[in-house]
Amino acid sequence: MARNPVTWLGTPAFPRAAAAALADPQLRANLRNATHTIRGKRARVVAELDDWERLRVAGAAIKDDVLADLGGYLRQLEAAVVERGGVVHWATDAAEANRIVLELVRAKGADEVVKVKSMATAEIGLNEALAEGGVRAVETDLAELIVQLGHDRPSHILVPAIHRNRAEIREIFRREMPDAPADLADEPVALAEAARRHLRRKFLSAKVAISGANFAVADTGTIVVLESEGNGRMCLTLPETLITVMGIEKLVPRWSDLEVFLQLLPRSSTAERMNPYTSAWTGVTPGDGPREFHLVLLDNGRTATLADEVGRQALRCIRCSACLNVCPVYERTGGQAYGSVYPGPIGAILAPQLAGDPHDPQVASLPYASSLCGACYEVCPVRINIPEVLTHLRAEVVHAKGKRTPEAIGMAALAWILREPYRYEAAQKAGSLARFLARDGKISRLPGPGAKWTAGRDAPVPPAESFRAWWKRTHA
Amino acid sequence: MRVALFATCVTDTFYPDTARAVVRLLARLGCTVEFPLDQTCCGQMHFNTGYPDPAAELAARYAEIFAGYDAVVAPSGSCAGMVREIHPGLLESVDRPASGVPTYELTEFLVDVLGRTDVGAYFPHHVTYHPTCHSLRMLGVGDRPLALLRAVRGLKLTELGEAESCCGFGGTFAVKNADTSLAMLTDKMTAVLDTGAEILTAGDNSCLMHIGGGLSRLRAGTRALHIAEILASTEEEPWRATR
Repeated sequence: MARNPVTWLGTPAFPRAAAAALADPQLRANLRNATHTIRGKRARVVAELDDWERLRVAGAAIKDDVLADLGGYLRQLEAAVVERGGVVHWATDAAEANRIVLELVRAKGADEVVKVKSMATAEIGLNEALAEGGVRAVETDLAELIVQLGHDRPSHILVPAIHRNRAEIREIFRREMPDAPADLADEPVALAEAARRHLRRKFLSAKVAISGANFAVADTGTIVVLESEGNGRMCLTLPETLITVMGIEKLVPRWSDLEVFLQLLPRSSTAERMNPYTSAWTGVTPGDGPREFHLVLLDNGRTATLADEVGRQALRCIRCSACLNVCPVYERTGGQAYGSVYPGPIGAILAPQLAGDPHDPQVASLPYASSLCGACYEVCPVRINIPEVLTHLRAEVVHAKGKRTPEAIGMAALAWILREPYRYEAAQKAGSLARFLARDGKISRLPGPGAKWTAGRDAPVPPAESFRAWWKRTHA
Repeated sequence: MRVALFATCVTDTFYPDTARAVVRLLARLGCTVEFPLDQTCCGQMHFNTGYPDPAAELAARYAEIFAGYDAVVAPSGSCAGMVREIHPGLLESVDRPASGVPTYELTEFLVDVLGRTDVGAYFPHHVTYHPTCHSLRMLGVGDRPLALLRAVRGLKLTELGEAESCCGFGGTFAVKNADTSLAMLTDKMTAVLDTGAEILTAGDNSCLMHIGGGLSRLRAGTRALHIAEILASTEEEPWRATR
């Protein structure tokens, strides 16, 4: 089976990638500003709703219902889409989805397509696959366009160019956008205007558009996309052919379920009460919008994820990125360190499950990219217990690595000590000898694995007498 | 009421003053505390690092050792969180019974069980408080520690900025992702130093070992101290820095 492109080939394991990101002052400043601003705004709009917790519970319950009978709901969706004139394709993996889309585009004789921002197509590397097939995909979301023109990788689910500043964006536009004005200023308004003019031509000439989906309603066959800029609406209405690539977990059973998610998603992602553009379409409508509609249902590791009783809750995810914005690790390393289109806490549980290869050192490093502080779980609009899944996936990594690693041997030895109080006490006594490493009441350098600790912190000086030794002496 | 102290392995081994402070404090409030000598560790480090099997054994030991008490008190939000949130699933996985004895984090026990926010403490120092992640989010101790600190005579409390941000300890995270851990630590130390406090307190010695170790490395002059030692301090027997 082909390698799943959900994680990027050649990215170092998280600790190393993070170290490089941590040393980038521009990145650190951008992330600090962006995450703190959105965090505060989200908290304010969420506090406006006194039924927020009930909405979260409802969101989780609806998604769990879908996951409990995913096959049934998918067949229902397929039937509804076909009945309304759409064509449904099933793709087991990234390669199959990319092949289907490329064939559809070629059949229309197009060599350029416009794209709505979509995580599913980024996950499967569709743009690269289309380029190999001679088709240029044009990202029309401003931030995705910046990433694409910069030959760059995304660093956030919602704001993929969060790591760029306006001076960098101006340089990218000047270099890569042939119709950018020569005197382009680095003002946001000027940059947005340049992108608008550039994209307007693309919208008007494109024959084929490609989108993802935020939601698909099983009983009506309706696909829903939420966006802020209006570029998506252009893509979804102007071209003759629309191809939507959608992860199979994006379903909701009924149209009325959207009531819950259209409250949860905007408040969690952009911290808005309502997003500016919500587009919903059902199959094709003669004389209005695309004449052809193709829906590509993408598995790419989702069925395997569904089979995991603990890990499957990651499939509730609605890609809001609230967990990224509150994560103390993401806030400092940014998204590229995770080596996947899905960064941050959700990425640390979703990317390894979709990739399905705990032997890959980069994949194996992701579940450890968290201090388990729990801030992600607290804000997740569909109550994904991310810390629970992280520790669950860590156990899978440990299992895959086997019992012979230095860590596994150390952990087994420690467990052996902790099983018997007398061994534990003996170890305390032996360990307390480390107090002789102290200089001026500090231990500043430890050997072995302790060196990683003392690289940045002093270690506690073990007391001559542990608490239990004191207790035995004074109470027993 | 038969109260057992679960000292936690970190406090038992590295911070005996904290456990002694818990004993003294609870005795002052009329509780007789027992320390079952068979106790070792709650298994959190194993569980969080990906070794649930030994963690389940340690959970089973814990349930046996503390069976028969009315309550267990631990001077750690994260160990109490491990026992309350994670042990039930682990015990089920190895088909072992739960003890049915509630485990409380110290400040929960003081406020909820003993009904005290003023514990008669005296601590004439400038203090700031870091709410550790597991006490905050797993246990939901809320403002109990702050209510206790506000009632301490002589104590000046300055609120910590960005208090709810993780300090970057995270158990083995601190060494597996040492660079990221240190970046988080730096921001936490900056917030601590911005308060001008002499003492940083919290309910978890593991987090304090991390933040305090960083402050010590920087020779910052602010020291980390477990909240139990502040609450145990009185005019007759005031806290004195031992190390």
